Amino acid sequence: MGQLKILYFAWVRERIGRDEETLPRPPAGATVAQLLDQLAATSAGHAEAFADRARLRAALDQSFVPLDTPVGEARELAIFPPVTGG
Amino acid sequence: MRVSAEDFDPGAELARLEALPGGAIASFTGLVRDDGGLTALHLEHYPAMTERAIADIVAQACARWPLLGVTVIHRHGTLPVGARIVFVGTASSHRVASLEACAFLIDWLKVSAPFWKQERRSDGTRGWVEAAGADDARAKAWGK
Repeated sequence: MGQLKILYFAWVRERIGRDEETLPRPPAGATVAQLLDQLAATSAGHAEAFADRARLRAALDQSFVPLDTPVGEARELAIFPPVTGG
Repeated sequence: MRVSAEDFDPGAELARLEALPGGAIASFTGLVRDDGGLTALHLEHYPAMTERAIADIVAQACARWPLLGVTVIHRHGTLPVGARIVFVGTASSHRVASLEACAFLIDWLKVSAPFWKQERRSDGTRGWVEAAGADDARAKAWGK
């Protein structure tokens, strides 16, 4: 059972009040969305940041994934708003 | 390909592409636009992912057009109005390939490179830029 590092960017980071945290890897089959449900219960900031899922994007081990993707064996999860570079 | 807080010299970048044998160079330079009251844009990024995401877009462009050279530079940090943010340059033997690949690269950079812009205004307020649905549509219009 490994650890999962979670990174936050832009207003997700600001609302949560931290740029990363580490959790035990969730059980097999658990999706990013289910992990967000669990995290939303940990603080008001998490709940606010994760309230509107349509405004969130995710990456597992530095690749974009839909929120219904199982976390699996990934080591790093990032949660952020839609990107606005270029 | 470079991701850096440092400024760049578009002329020098173009000269490097012109030194290749192709004969058809296209480029795009994006600057911080003066949107009335804006003093600077702050660009945050996801360092571990940024280079991989840009390399992936460059690889797609190279698979699609016969390119002899590609340069992508994207800055991060706090950039004042008028500062350069991004440069895309392409070299090919024919104008259609270089022009189309350049447009493809900047369209895809906008929707799949992990950068976030925050506006800093002269009244002291800050606000994260919202993603534009039109950008998504433009990128998707290139198809797979």
